[in-house]
Amino acid sequence: MIAFDYRTPGSLEEAYADLKELGSDGKIIAGGTALVIMMKQQLLQPTCVISLRNVAGLSDVAENNGSVHIGGLVTHAHLDASDVVQGKLPVLGATYHHVATQRVRTMATVGGGLAHADPNQDPPPTFIALGASFELSSAGGTRSVAAEDFFSDYYETVLEPEEIVTGVSVPLMGANSGAAYLKFLPRSADDYATVSAAAVVTLDDAKTTIKDVRIAMGSVNTTPVRATASEDVLRGQPLKAEGLREAGEKAKDHTDPVSDFRGSGSYKTQMAAVFVRRALEQAIANAG
Amino acid sequence: MDKKIKFRVNGTEHEMEVPTNRLLVDLLRYDLGLTGTKEGCSVGVCGACTVLIDGEMVSSCLALAVFADGHDVTTVEGLAQDGELHPVQQSFIRYGGFQCGICTPGQVVAAKALLDQNPRPNEEEIKDWMMGNLCRCTGYYKIIESIEKAHEFAK
Repeated sequence: MIAFDYRTPGSLEEAYADLKELGSDGKIIAGGTALVIMMKQQLLQPTCVISLRNVAGLSDVAENNGSVHIGGLVTHAHLDASDVVQGKLPVLGATYHHVATQRVRTMATVGGGLAHADPNQDPPPTFIALGASFELSSAGGTRSVAAEDFFSDYYETVLEPEEIVTGVSVPLMGANSGAAYLKFLPRSADDYATVSAAAVVTLDDAKTTIKDVRIAMGSVNTTPVRATASEDVLRGQPLKAEGLREAGEKAKDHTDPVSDFRGSGSYKTQMAAVFVRRALEQAIANAG
Repeated sequence: MDKKIKFRVNGTEHEMEVPTNRLLVDLLRYDLGLTGTKEGCSVGVCGACTVLIDGEMVSSCLALAVFADGHDVTTVEGLAQDGELHPVQQSFIRYGGFQCGICTPGQVVAAKALLDQNPRPNEEEIKDWMMGNLCRCTGYYKIIESIEKAHEFAK
């Protein structure tokens, strides 16, 4: 790691001022589990690291007005154990529990993970399926960006250099809704997925028709992706196994995976179809 | 570029100037001589460098030393109290929780963090918590048994 200046602003306003002053020479650090590795590997060489460790007010998980708000500095372990999440959005706690190991989850933050934007991460597909939005804040104010619009390319997001991910807002699921996140990992349990799939399904009152559905996948493209082609074959349709299989097949329209040690590109595409179908089956079971 | 930090390691106060790019594992091993903490993979995967900051387990190979400013760090050297090994250390000895020993400091520190919040974890809870501590001798069953039975040594 090269030498760098280290600042510990005491408020977001001070952090924004630091970012404005330093431009691309400054990098925000929260838990550090991603940034420190990238600095060790000299993939990133900021001349100043701006720590958010002394910034208060971004470490709470709370429910209000039909949604759950997660502060940007909430750690993965805190979110996973949060009563609000376990009670209202268990799929989100389960998703965060899939991230790496307890030791990493203790350090890594929700906002930091999103800004890191590795396309293999667990939380983004679940956030996209849940219809979450991310709060991007700067001295100019806060804007809200839908989870599916946040990731722009491999490790790239729409976050501007002077912006910080300060929170996530997740709407609660309506009646007759179920959710699931499945992670296919043939190697060790702490690894990134070969493919992952998240689904949120809302049934009608008779539980025979799919009223609404949102599906997203990870590790199958340069960004996490929403599988709209899969959703289109299901929305408004009667609940049938054949439809779920077809939705899985349609998910392939959204994949363009790289071949790596977690599987060849073509294998990942085939597995995406399987795991989208299974995620749908599980989400429907959870809606019952 | 240096920064002055104040922190405690195993209950002892330290105040020192550290380079901002110093990692916590290097601060502990090279500046304080606490070589019980090992560095294995250097990317937060293997768990050999596990230490506690304010009771929460972290990878000291991923933590900047300046993160310790104002906090309490516990390393494997700090587990014994008044000359008596921590119950989980006694259990590792009694139930053969190690072979070559290189992963052991990280294993016992991680196990302490688990036992602090769950004194009687079952096998599934132990596996889930300890998943990030690798043992290349693959002595996992003995490690699990040692943690499961650590309560036998608790006062």
